[in-house]
Amino acid sequence: MSKQVKDGEARAIKRFDLFDFLYKYGTLFTIVIIVVFFSITTDGRFISPANIINILRAMSITTVIATGITISLVVGGFDLSVGSVASMTMALSIAMFVWYEQNIVVSILVALIVAGIIGFLNSVLIIRFKIPDMLATLAAMFIFNGVSTTFSKGKIISQNMIMEDGSVSTGLIPASFRSLGQVPVIIIVMAALVIIVHIFLTYTKHGRYMYVVGGNAEAARLSGVKVDKYRRIAYIMAAILAGIGGILLAARIGQSNPSAGAGYLMESVAAAFIGFSVAGVGKPNAIGTFVGALLMVALSNGLVMKSVPYYSMDIIKGAVLVLALGITYYKQKR
Amino acid sequence: MDKFQLEMRDISIEFPGVKALKGANFKTSGGIIHALVGANGAGKSTLMKVLSGVYTHWEGTILINGEEHNIRTVKDSKDRGIEIVYQEVDVALIPYLSVAENIMLDQMVMNHEGKQFVNWHEVRRKAGEILKKLKVDIPVNVNVENLSLAQKQMVLIARALSRDCKLLIMDEPTAPLSQAETEELFKVIRDLKAAGVGVVFITHRLPEIFQICDEITIMRDGRFITSMKVQDTSEKEVIEYMLGRSFEEIFPKCQTEIGEVCFEAKNLSDEKMIKDVSIYARKGEIVGIAGLVGAGKTELCKALFGAIPLKTGEIYLNGKKLSIQQPYMAVSQGLALVPEERRKEGVLIDEPVHTNLTLPSIKSFVKRGFIDFIKEYQVSRKMISDLNIVTPSEFQKVAFLSGGNQQKVVVGKWLIADAEVYIFDEPTKGVDVGAKKDIFELIGNLVCEGKTVIYASSEIPEILGITDRVYVMYDGKISKELVTSETTEDEILYYSAGGKN
Repeated sequence: MSKQVKDGEARAIKRFDLFDFLYKYGTLFTIVIIVVFFSITTDGRFISPANIINILRAMSITTVIATGITISLVVGGFDLSVGSVASMTMALSIAMFVWYEQNIVVSILVALIVAGIIGFLNSVLIIRFKIPDMLATLAAMFIFNGVSTTFSKGKIISQNMIMEDGSVSTGLIPASFRSLGQVPVIIIVMAALVIIVHIFLTYTKHGRYMYVVGGNAEAARLSGVKVDKYRRIAYIMAAILAGIGGILLAARIGQSNPSAGAGYLMESVAAAFIGFSVAGVGKPNAIGTFVGALLMVALSNGLVMKSVPYYSMDIIKGAVLVLALGITYYKQKR
Repeated sequence: MDKFQLEMRDISIEFPGVKALKGANFKTSGGIIHALVGANGAGKSTLMKVLSGVYTHWEGTILINGEEHNIRTVKDSKDRGIEIVYQEVDVALIPYLSVAENIMLDQMVMNHEGKQFVNWHEVRRKAGEILKKLKVDIPVNVNVENLSLAQKQMVLIARALSRDCKLLIMDEPTAPLSQAETEELFKVIRDLKAAGVGVVFITHRLPEIFQICDEITIMRDGRFITSMKVQDTSEKEVIEYMLGRSFEEIFPKCQTEIGEVCFEAKNLSDEKMIKDVSIYARKGEIVGIAGLVGAGKTELCKALFGAIPLKTGEIYLNGKKLSIQQPYMAVSQGLALVPEERRKEGVLIDEPVHTNLTLPSIKSFVKRGFIDFIKEYQVSRKMISDLNIVTPSEFQKVAFLSGGNQQKVVVGKWLIADAEVYIFDEPTKGVDVGAKKDIFELIGNLVCEGKTVIYASSEIPEILGITDRVYVMYDGKISKELVTSETTEDEILYYSAGGKN
């Protein structure tokens, strides 16, 4: 009964509010520590405007993809296929330019439509066939990674590439597309998407419904919420955001590397989960995800500056992840 | 063997913001069935949790057989022969393990040091033996997820008895049970008593206390109020001690004109639990659906609401045929369901009160595409004060509200949605007397405003007290339609049990 719940909650807070404080501000605190540490040890180079822009640029693709994961988390699901969707739109958008000589609008539109279709297929697996979210999107992850590498024949797609028949491709990647991947556009796109998703989740009834579905789908259904519809929309939105991530990646690199999107999956998952704890929200949320991505990327950036060898960096990243998540989950379930 | 003696003296425990127990006392012994009663939030459950070693930070003294024992862990408590069966049985059971494994869980966990292999034959045999001792017939190889609630509870009692149990605490064990199942349980409890086991019985159903308990302890606001022999007191006196004030009419009835037929269901069948059910309800009328647990009341309520797919049948509202395949269709037509499983189906535990209250009607709070939070909070605050929901603010998580207040939130959300037909499925389950009265008042007010209420309950006194007309269900069918003022408890019971005209 209510008492029991109260007790559970209360017991955790009891050992002083240090943990409560850490729970609420632990992630931000961790970022502050990282910033201060690297700023001091790099003689301020870490917080120079150039480096800050560098960090923002480096985190933008992760953030966008992680925002997609966040939306799937909001409805109580989990989309693992985002990396593959990003690979897919990366290959598609570049191929549209290079192979099919399409303009920028068509290229982006085609890529996003395909992403949306993948999201829809995910939702069919999850809603119609009732496959648990993580398993369905795990399968989709394999399938669409395979589809994207098959589409590109496992090769890099770039300007003036040699085609199957030995000719050289003539399509060009327009400068306007390339600019999507440059500062400041890429940072603006990221910020705009985070803000739009934040507003959508927090200030519209659709966002409210999504959180409610994630909180208790049966209670939501019995209150008249179209549960399946909102889960479907969430997966489509997740895939489209991942697709935008893939397009930004294509624009940034100017070519398509097979499976390049897959590399963003884990860092995005980490960002989305760290996001839970930001400012004590305790729920997946867009701003939190942004902060989570900032944490991950700022750390990488600082470690590079400190000349930590790339092959050892994951140890420190993982450890910081444990710290940030530990602060969140230490409090729960006690 | 000496009789088991337990005394808890001056027990206090504090949680931030709440002093849950303020020097509570409790005393009982083996071979006695001891009722522990109090309104929700009185501290009964907390006190028993202290005794079962759930908390480490309580203050006070626990004496067992005259010796002081410092019980700080569940193991401490179990080693002293104290076992507890919680109200929410699903929490304590592992659904995909068999009955035998669930019963022997404690044994398998605690008495298996040094052993690497499980003697499954022995586990099943022992589990079967305990069940036989309890005289209940549950196959030991079935997975627990396939059992009924009553059976799950028996599994938990069996688990408690798998070790040398001296004191068995039961937290509202009868709440989910039908009359027949309750009788079964009482038989088991009486057997335990005869075997010298002490039983602590937490309940909201006062008649049961007089049926089975020997002694009673009443708590209020975390304090011990009084303790006495059951034979020396009355239901009315107990309620007065619980509430700290005198308690008038249990069923406040609002007299109102009954209008014309407003809601009608014809020949509903789902080919499983609902068999050719036809009912109607008039404006300003409270229509009861009586029946034992498992008669199909819950299924019927859900089917009326579109939450269970129907094979045949038609539903009419104000003469218009409705197409209800999903709950959202029912909601848009002005139907409301207060479901039986409040925590699982009724409220969003982790969401604040306002989110719960405005959930079905959030559309009407949208201004230019965005939710108008100010209006949402205002309307929520008004509903909180209208329904007397006890909460510090509209931002409190529903999880921290008592059962009765959670139920009020569920009703409140449909009031804000301005529904026309309210379907209540066991709304007083796990709700204390005070809040129960509020809920009855609420339902009375609904019909006064010309709304229609369908009230399903296996509590016959409630059906008699509040409804105008009653359908009795048996085995998925309507076995009898009765006018409440012309019927008796016995008659309803007769038809609930499958009696024929």
